[in-house]
Amino acid sequence: MRLKQISVFLENKKGRLQDVCSLLGSNGINMRALTIAETESFGVLRMVVDKSDQAIDLLRKNDFAANVTDVVAVEVEDKPGGLAGILKIISDNDVNIEYMYGFVEKFSDKALLVFRFEDTDHAQRILNENGVSIVAEKDIQGL
Amino acid sequence: MDPQQLKGVQSERLAKLAEYVYSNSPFYQQRFDQHKIKPDSIKTIEQITDLPFTTKIDLRDNYPFGMFSVPQKGITEIHVSSGTTGNPTVVGYTKEDIKLWSDVMARALCCAGAEPDDTIQIAYGYGLFTGGLGFHYGSLEMGLTTIPASSGQTKRQLKIMQDFKPRILACTPSYALYMAEQAKELGIDPRKSSWKIGIFGAEPWSDSMRDEIENLWDMLATDVYGLSEIIGPGVAQECPHKDGLHIFSDVFFPEIIDPATDQPVEPGQDGELVITTLTKQGIPLIRYRTRDIVSMNIEKCRCGRTSPRISKIKGRTDDMIIIRGINLFPSQIEEVLLSIEGTQPHYQIVVDRKEHGLDMVQVQVEIEEQLFSDEVRKLNELKAKIQNGIEGVVGLRVDVKLVEPKTIVRSEGKSKRVIDKRKN
Repeated sequence: MRLKQISVFLENKKGRLQDVCSLLGSNGINMRALTIAETESFGVLRMVVDKSDQAIDLLRKNDFAANVTDVVAVEVEDKPGGLAGILKIISDNDVNIEYMYGFVEKFSDKALLVFRFEDTDHAQRILNENGVSIVAEKDIQGL
Repeated sequence: MDPQQLKGVQSERLAKLAEYVYSNSPFYQQRFDQHKIKPDSIKTIEQITDLPFTTKIDLRDNYPFGMFSVPQKGITEIHVSSGTTGNPTVVGYTKEDIKLWSDVMARALCCAGAEPDDTIQIAYGYGLFTGGLGFHYGSLEMGLTTIPASSGQTKRQLKIMQDFKPRILACTPSYALYMAEQAKELGIDPRKSSWKIGIFGAEPWSDSMRDEIENLWDMLATDVYGLSEIIGPGVAQECPHKDGLHIFSDVFFPEIIDPATDQPVEPGQDGELVITTLTKQGIPLIRYRTRDIVSMNIEKCRCGRTSPRISKIKGRTDDMIIIRGINLFPSQIEEVLLSIEGTQPHYQIVVDRKEHGLDMVQVQVEIEEQLFSDEVRKLNELKAKIQNGIEGVVGLRVDVKLVEPKTIVRSEGKSKRVIDKRKN
C-alpha cells in the first residue's frame, strides 16, 4: 500500500503556509503529516492528508503549484532503536531514501514515518518481506 | 570644420559609399535594385533619404558574413555581440576600419579632455565585446600610456589606480559606482584617487548618476556612445561641457527619424537615431536603425566644435535592455524557457541597480505544474538549467527566482516582461 503525498510550491513570503493550511482546514481536510523542505528563496510543503484527491483539486483551483507523489508510511516501534531497525533493513537491501518525516499524531503505540523512496515498488517489496507494517490509505482516512 | 565644407565631404563620401556597396555587397546591390536606385545618381548628402534603411534583422538574417563588403581574407578583426534570437551580430573590420576606429576613439578621448601625456586605465571588457579593444586602439593612436586592465577584479583595479596614477578611467558607469563602494570598504578615499576624467558608456545612465559618480570620485564624468554595428565605442563623445555627445558626423552620418513614420524630425525633437557609416569598408551600413531614441542639437558647442550633438539615450524603440554593455532581449529568455521544458511559463525580468552598485538582473519564473517537483534538488536543477541557458544565449549571469503561479502581475492578459528599476 502506498499513500498519496501532496507537495506544494511555496515562495518564502509571509503567510503562505497559513494560506494553505486555512484553505484545507476550511474545506474539512485534515493534515496527518507534514514537512517543509526549504531553500533561501522557496520551500516545498509535503503532506499527507485524509482526502488527497479533494485536496489536490482545491489547491490547483486556488493557483498553487501542487502535485502528487507516492510515499510509503511505515509503523515504527516507539522505543530507542526503533527507527534504526527499519533503516538497517532499508540500507541492507540497497534501497535509497529521498527524504522522510514523521506523522503529527499517533493512532497506536507505534510511531508513523513517511518515506519517499527512489524506487517505491522495490522498497515496498523489501519492507513486506521483512515484516514491516505499512499504513494503508484507509487507515489514514479513518484517523 | 566649416558646416558647408563638412557637407561637401559628406556628399563626396556618400557618393563613393553608394558605388562601393553596390559593387561589393550582394545584399546592398539587391536592396538598391529593389528600390530602383542607381548608385551613380547619389551625389549629395541630402539624397541619403532616398536610400533604404538597414536593420538589425538584416544583420541577423545574413549571419555570419552576408553583410560584409569584402571577402573574409580582407577582414583583420571580428567582433560579436549578442543577438535577439539565435544568431549573434557579427561585425568585421578591415585594416583601414581599425585605423578609422583608432582615429574616432582618439578623437573621443581628446574630446573628453585627455592630453597626450596621460595614462588611461581601460576597465571595459577585452574580447569579443568592442568596449575594451576600441578604447585600446584609440589610446594607442593618441599616444597615451595604456593600461589594458579589462573588467572585473576590483581590488586589482584600485591597486593599479593607486600605484600607476592614471588620470583617465574608462568603464561602465555602474562599475565606476561599484568601485567607489569597494574603495571605501578597503579604506581608500575615492575623492583622493588619481582618476580625474571618466569615460563611461555601454549602458544607459542619467545625469543624477553622473552627479553621484562625480561627487564620489571627484572627477569629470563623460558619456561615450557607440554600437558594434557602426564601429563600437567612438561614435559620439561628450566634451567637458557635458551638453550632448559630439557625433563624428564626417564618418558617421546621423539622422533622427520618427520611428513610426520613418520621416525626419526637427532638430531638438526626440526620434530614432539612424547612422550611415560613410567610410567603413568591412561592413559599411547605410541608414542603420540604432533603435536608440535621442534628440539632436545642431548649434555650435561652447567648446567650439560645430559637430552635431546627440542627447543621452532616452529610450529604445524595441524592448532591449542593456546591462553592463550586454544586450538582453526578452525573446532570448523566452527561447531558453521554451527549450527547457517545452513550455513557456510566465516570467518577468527585473533589472535593478544596487545602491552604488552594478546592474543586476533577476528572472522570475512562475512554477507551473509541469515544472514543479516535490524534490528541492530537482527545483534547484531547474533553476540552474534556466540560469545556464540564459548565460549561454545572452552571455550574462542572471539571478533566477522561482515564484508561485499567477504571482506575476498581468495586464490585459499579458504579463509585463520587463521591470527596469534603474532610476539613477
